[in-house]
Amino acid sequence: MPKTILVFAESRDGALRRVALEALGAARRLAGKDGAVHAVLACSGGAAEEAAALLARGADVVHIADDPSLRAYAPEACIAALGAAMDAVRPDALLLGHTAMGRELAPRVAAAHGAGHIADVTAIEASDDGGDVGFIRPLFAGKAFERRSFTPGAPWVITVRPNNLPAAEPVEAAERKGTVQALPFTVPPLYTAVRSLVRRTGGQLDLAEADVVVSGGRGVRSAAGFEPLQALAAALGGAVGASRGACDAGYCDYALQIGQTGKVVTPQLYIACGISGAIQHLAGMSQSRVIVAINKDPDAPIFGVADYGIVGDLFEAVPLLTAELQRVRS
Amino acid sequence: MLKIVVLLKQTFDTEEKIVVTPEGVDERDAKFVINPYDEYALEEAIRQREKHGGQVIAVTCGPERSQDALRTALAIGADEAVRLDSGKLSDDSASVAAALAAVIEPLKPDLLLAGLFAVDSGSGSVALQAAERLGLPHASSAVKVDILTAAELMALPAAGETGPATGQNAERYALVERDVEGDTETVAIPLPALITAQQGLNEPRYPSLPNIMKAKRKPLRTLTVQELPEEASLAAAAPRTVRTQLLPPPPRAAGKRIPGSPAEQAASLVSLLQSEAKLL
Ligand SMILES: Cc1cc2nc3c(=O)[nH]c(=O)nc-3n(C[C@H](O)[C@H](O)[C@H](O)COP(=O)(O)OP(=O)(O)OC[C@H]3O[C@@H](n4cnc5c(N)ncnc54)[C@H](O)[C@@H]3O)c2cc1C
Repeated sequence: MPKTILVFAESRDGALRRVALEALGAARRLAGKDGAVHAVLACSGGAAEEAAALLARGADVVHIADDPSLRAYAPEACIAALGAAMDAVRPDALLLGHTAMGRELAPRVAAAHGAGHIADVTAIEASDDGGDVGFIRPLFAGKAFERRSFTPGAPWVITVRPNNLPAAEPVEAAERKGTVQALPFTVPPLYTAVRSLVRRTGGQLDLAEADVVVSGGRGVRSAAGFEPLQALAAALGGAVGASRGACDAGYCDYALQIGQTGKVVTPQLYIACGISGAIQHLAGMSQSRVIVAINKDPDAPIFGVADYGIVGDLFEAVPLLTAELQRVRS
Repeated sequence: MLKIVVLLKQTFDTEEKIVVTPEGVDERDAKFVINPYDEYALEEAIRQREKHGGQVIAVTCGPERSQDALRTALAIGADEAVRLDSGKLSDDSASVAAALAAVIEPLKPDLLLAGLFAVDSGSGSVALQAAERLGLPHASSAVKVDILTAAELMALPAAGETGPATGQNAERYALVERDVEGDTETVAIPLPALITAQQGLNEPRYPSLPNIMKAKRKPLRTLTVQELPEEASLAAAAPRTVRTQLLPPPPRAAGKRIPGSPAEQAASLVSLLQSEAKLL
């Protein structure tokens, strides 16, 4: 059965986030060939480039909510814009990224529209004959998984984990038939006054969306000890992460922490340097596609999840790896 | 004076192995704790009460075993506790939120606190859905919370990405530092409101022996879904989602140790990443 799907196309610093395109890809699959995919952009002062990017990847209608109340992020303004899109489109499902924003918008929009919410989805089992759709999601920080489905009769709200679902493919220019519309909405009383925003991630690639993550643990021994890791990450076009051990020791900002109480990452390649592999750390990275561990202790539990292990001193191994990468590239 | 309700959930200890059986996750011999994020919420509630006076009520939705988590919360410093029995309730977040909202509503809290998410289900949906049902604004992922009067907020040095918000006209406000994917955003929201707790909000205390003894005499009520107002019990009985399968994590192929001198290891690893893992 063809479906109508709405995607919240989250952007950040004036560009679409990759997870928005991943949600769009999932939306196209769920909608089916004869279904319709709508996307909503929330902005202040235009979003023509983002809208064009969505159309190029198969959105049928892009709704732009453009209002000064959407400049600094007040969740209630965004929720009002999303609510207006829900009322205008009446979708079977709303998809958002499981990001800081999506995580707090989805439950509220779901409750306001009597919808169900399935969060942090890492895979979708949809059959072409329109049968039951299963949403796969981790439980217990990846120590188990569940398949969840919606009960009939109410709309669906789904948040998808970044880096897990394939992004929507571009469509041939000749087949792009999508349109852009302004989305009128009533600005609600705003409760949230944003007083300041301090960037602590230093403009580095977003950890949750990075294809390669090079992480350091207590074995890195100091803030300066992170420098070889930064060089390796730069050579791989990746981002630097850390264990809580390294954060607690003050070697790096908590913004970099990966694990149960930090970020959850699922890059193509995760390189753990001087990290023992405590269960709470594994919770944040064990679903990465390929895991490399560098540790001088041959019995470190991190080797239990690693595809490739190097038993050795990270201060020796990491610079050699960077040099080798540069050698094969040139 | 602040009336604070803390939502908490009893979860498996984060060290526990998770054994998937046809009947569900094996709970025999498992150690249960208060969800770590909810511990931050509880600690914050107690600190705010110590500062401003008032009352802390810990609320959970769970099976009988979760009574232990409430007793612990009372020993840590909550004044009262309420358990909504999850016996006849589905595990759907909309059902649980509808039921919990009906438990919270008559308590009329000034502040609702909860953890960012529960480490078992990992959804982080229930508290926010409850806030929506209760018409409360929220600030999520808090790493610092200050409760201020309107006058105190006005007296702060002018700051603002946005001007004073139009919906703000309250006696008291929460000034909240939020963790936003590593960045820190500071917002002011009027009370009553929901605030969800992120790691770093505070350092939770342990219960002392005398307080464990005292907690045994503190009030702990149990409610069933049938005792809730009809609208809530109907909503709670209409789950929007169901689990259709419980699965162990996909197995990972056994890893390879890369032999040789450090230089040989680096060369082999790069070539394996290219040829075998099809990366780079
Ligand atoms: C509720 C709770 C939540 C938690 N959440 C998280 C979380 O989100 N993320 C997280 O990471 N942790 C978390 N932890 C902490 C976790 O249990 C571990 O303490 C932490 O992950 C350890 O960090 P580490 O591996 O860097 O340090 P360690 O365990 O001290 O390991 C250091 C490793 O470095 C190796 N090493 C030392 N020198 C070198 C060298 N020169 N070359 C190579 N290897 C070297 C050592 O062999 C050792 O294996 C949590 C704990 C609790 C209780």
